[in-house]
Amino acid sequence: MSDIILETKGLTKHYGGVHALEGADFVLNRGEHVAIMGDNGAGKSTFVRQITGVEQRTRGEVIFNGSPVNFAGPLDAREAGIETVFQTLALADDLNVPDNLFLGREKTKLNWLGPFRLLDYKAMREDTMAGLVKTGVKIPNIKNTIANMSGGQRQCVAIARTATFASKLTIMDEPTAALGVQETAQVENIVRTLKDQGESLILVSHNMRQVFDLVDRIIVFRRGRIVANLNKSETDGNDVVSYITGAKTGAEFEGAA
Amino acid sequence: MSDESQGVGGLTYDKSKRQWPNELNVFGALILIIAIFEILGQVLPYMNGQSLLFDTRDRFDSIFNEQRLRIIIVQVAIIGIIALGVTQVIITAGIDLSSGSVVGATAMIAMSFAQVAEVNGNPNPKAIFGEWALDLPWLIPVLVGLLVGTVAGIINGILVAYSRIPPFIATLGMMLFARGVAQWWSKGNPVSFPTESYAKIGAGMMPVIIFLSLAILFHFIMNYTVYGKHTYAIGSNEQAARMSGINVPRHLVLVYVIAGMLAGLAAVILTSKNLTAQSGMGLTYELEAIAMAVIGGVSLFGGRGSIIGTVIGALIIGVITSGFTYLKLGAYYQEMALGMIIVGAVALDQWQQQRAASRS
Ligand SMILES: Nc1ncnc2c1ncn2[C@@H]1O[C@H](COP(=O)(O)OP(=O)(O)OP(=O)(O)O)[C@@H](O)[C@H]1O
Ligand SMILES: [Mg+2]
Repeated sequence: MSDIILETKGLTKHYGGVHALEGADFVLNRGEHVAIMGDNGAGKSTFVRQITGVEQRTRGEVIFNGSPVNFAGPLDAREAGIETVFQTLALADDLNVPDNLFLGREKTKLNWLGPFRLLDYKAMREDTMAGLVKTGVKIPNIKNTIANMSGGQRQCVAIARTATFASKLTIMDEPTAALGVQETAQVENIVRTLKDQGESLILVSHNMRQVFDLVDRIIVFRRGRIVANLNKSETDGNDVVSYITGAKTGAEFEGAA
Repeated sequence: MSDESQGVGGLTYDKSKRQWPNELNVFGALILIIAIFEILGQVLPYMNGQSLLFDTRDRFDSIFNEQRLRIIIVQVAIIGIIALGVTQVIITAGIDLSSGSVVGATAMIAMSFAQVAEVNGNPNPKAIFGEWALDLPWLIPVLVGLLVGTVAGIINGILVAYSRIPPFIATLGMMLFARGVAQWWSKGNPVSFPTESYAKIGAGMMPVIIFLSLAILFHFIMNYTVYGKHTYAIGSNEQAARMSGINVPRHLVLVYVIAGMLAGLAAVILTSKNLTAQSGMGLTYELEAIAMAVIGGVSLFGGRGSIIGTVIGALIIGVITSGFTYLKLGAYYQEMALGMIIVGAVALDQWQQQRAASRS
């Protein structure tokens, strides 16, 4: 097994005339935590969507865990071992916490009944409790529907969902954008737990302090292209900002942007 | 939210935050409507103190007026069967306008396989097909009926799920098409004289027994199976359902197929009960079925509602219909009242939705 968990080569996505992502070459090592930064509309979420099969890429290659992959949808990616917290939360408002955690991969009984197989509510509730305890997420009543929860609590549910299931790679797209101080600290703790467990992570974030606290490496996107690949120890906040704004471009990316 | 309610690790169970089931409100509305009719029965001078549901002849065996109760539930049972399917479609944030016409088409086609060979010693004057289709066992027309409903459901489902045609338009097309099929089938002539065994399917209280059994079955399915969970999830947030890996188009087709099958079954029961099939059968049933669901608290925005709610909604419609007859008021008042109640139910849902949105 190689050290690389995820690699993209020339990953490109055009929406009609909009070149949202252009020739992204990216490498993530096993157990490594990498941040993706960049201004609004730089293409960060687009990059995430191409990797996780939410959208089909225009061209380029994605190599996951040693083999080229072509996920038809997010479930494929999940089954391969990629857990994602999307920026637009993928939660069903009218369902409660366990239902959302297990949506699309319910624990079931009597599976020969096909689509009418029975839900194993008890097992799902127990696993949900365990997952919430493990991640330290606080939810007053897991039987309440998501609609009755605050934005931060919803976000916590989405993140608990990611952390509850063992995966090879976790991707979080701006997981703390809507959170208060306490909840943000909680999410950061979850990220640290993942680091200790040796799980690889891609963290999309605008929060400079958070990024420097949590990750090993920073990738900067600008107008659909990767413009910098910085080791945390060799850079600082001002440096990153100058890449984000376009004052600087990484040597190996000259001519790209 | 207060700080005490924030438990650690999701372990606290804050009872004050528990949700009040919507079905209780609907049930309350049913009781309220019955009470209004009972009071009017006492108050209106020409009613002579009659009661809508209770026995006023001082018999010893029962406090209820069974005859009226029976009329109410048989009346709503057949459309109620359709409403069970419509409920599921609406929970996916869809709509099915075709069910009434599918009843019409299915009635004609299924009945053509349920005819007797001889009427009073003469060959059946209404026979649609040759001898091969006469005196068949009852199961064959039933299966034909379910098949016709299923085909309509598959077409609806594919149009909605794969062609991305809005459900309103797709099922409106099916509504016109199926009514056309019903009229074309025997050039407008009724199809009559069913076999004795076929006539038993919808006789007496059979429609009610079938309706309640199906209601229990689908209540179970919607609450305890993956099918039910995914139906709610799709109506709640289709994008989230897709991102969670649910095969949304395939699931939608299944939902529309179940709705179509239930419409087909309703047609079988209706023709069996009436001993004849006519091309105009099922007219406006789709609207009454939708009304039952909506009054029962099924949200047209999708994601919310229940089979129990729809059953209570069906009872409300039944009570209103017979209540107006009991007060000797014309059918037009009844339709006006139903119209207002439906709009009121949707307005209430809209209001609740907005209140929920402004809270979060
Ligand atoms: N479905 C779409 N159709 C057309 N254009 C799109 C679509 N999705 C994204 N875009 C465009 O692609 C570009 C990149 O968008 P993307 O969402 O990847 O930005 P981002 O870096 O995640 O920004 P933010 O920090 O605001 O989340 C933007 O210009 C956006 O308008
Ligand atoms: Mg984004």
